[in-house]
Amino acid sequence: MHDTQWRVFEVFHQSTRGEPHVHVGSVHAPDAESAVILAKEQFSRRQACVNMWVVPAEAITATRYEDADMFQHGTDKSYREAFGYETTKRARAVGDMQEI
Amino acid sequence: MVMLAENRNDKPGDPGFEERLAAFEDRVARGDKVEPGDWMPADYRIELVRLIHVHSNSEICGALPEGGWIPHAPTFKRKLALCAKVQDEVGHAQLLYRAAETLGKPREEMLQELIDGKAKFSNVFHYPAKTWADVAVIAWLIDAAAIVNQTMMSEGSYGPYSRALKRICYEEAFHLTHGYDMCITLATGTPVQREMLQDALNRWWKPIMMFHGPADKESKHTEKLMRWRIKLKTNDQQRQQFLKKYLPKIFNLKLTLPDPNLRYDEAAKEWRYTEPDWAEFLSVVRGNGPMSAERVQSRRLAHEQGAWVRDALNAAATNQPVPMPPAVLAS
Repeated sequence: MHDTQWRVFEVFHQSTRGEPHVHVGSVHAPDAESAVILAKEQFSRRQACVNMWVVPAEAITATRYEDADMFQHGTDKSYREAFGYETTKRARAVGDMQEI
Repeated sequence: MVMLAENRNDKPGDPGFEERLAAFEDRVARGDKVEPGDWMPADYRIELVRLIHVHSNSEICGALPEGGWIPHAPTFKRKLALCAKVQDEVGHAQLLYRAAETLGKPREEMLQELIDGKAKFSNVFHYPAKTWADVAVIAWLIDAAAIVNQTMMSEGSYGPYSRALKRICYEEAFHLTHGYDMCITLATGTPVQREMLQDALNRWWKPIMMFHGPADKESKHTEKLMRWRIKLKTNDQQRQQFLKKYLPKIFNLKLTLPDPNLRYDEAAKEWRYTEPDWAEFLSVVRGNGPMSAERVQSRRLAHEQGAWVRDALNAAATNQPVPMPPAVLAS
């Protein structure tokens, strides 16, 4: 039996310690240990890599693109953002200092 | 993740097909990427699987003529670079088989169709690499032609294919530069080296001119493929782009090309050339090229000889006794 229709493992690559792991693709492997070996060959032939994750694809729960409207905000959420406030303009109206 | 075949309503005549098709074409026209779980017309899926499968097979078969030259590389540095290129090509095939698989065709099936001689691969890999200069010409000009094609395809509408191609193009930049470097070495070397390079170019020119596929007037699929942004340029447009960029570089090395009709048309801003024999092209890609049978045979042998590795990985994953490699058993 030469079946290589193995499980799919998603591969995440970290280029520098401290930076986030980034999804770069996937590999087939019979288990996680082999998946790491195959992912190393496939995704770190050039780029600097300090750490790699492999995750069984079936372990990922994803939203559906058809449901992308669930991320739409029902109301104006600018109060959650720094740009939602006009502090400089308001402060200047109080005094005459330019550097505030 | 393999999609279920039922209830897709993705063919003309299916309930709601026309409305869905219109919405699909609208978002594709806006430059939206299509992802594996999205609704797509059956034909879009079929055309993409066909293209990506041929593309992956070509990466595998492209490594074969080059792999054969690794023991004969003239210097250690060339040998290291050629090993790296061959490893890249096989890796690219793996990336592409994964991309095709997201459309529902298992990798196992694609590999099997190639070794059964049922699946196509690029016309250029049906020809022999007779000398070291052939390796140089393949790495420079065939990779150049492939990059023209792949850069365009990487802007296409199917997300997984587009992402794989971006990585592939990035890696192939080294193949191209290394190939150019090899050609410059031969072009500026001894008279024998120059002659060897010119001879390789003479033999490869015809297959290179066929590389981007039949002329637009003979190409049946182009209109639909472009509407769905699977392709963004026609075969003839890609050929012109390749000629515009690489003919000056070829002539700069004081090489000649075996086409008496090759000339630049100033008014049309296009190169004119002898139209390739498309009947010959079709015959070659259907498996009647000088090396067609040998390429498939090499691939089959590699698949069979590598079976024990796959068996060992399977056994290790399920805590079975790991079989010994055949060579060890024989000794």
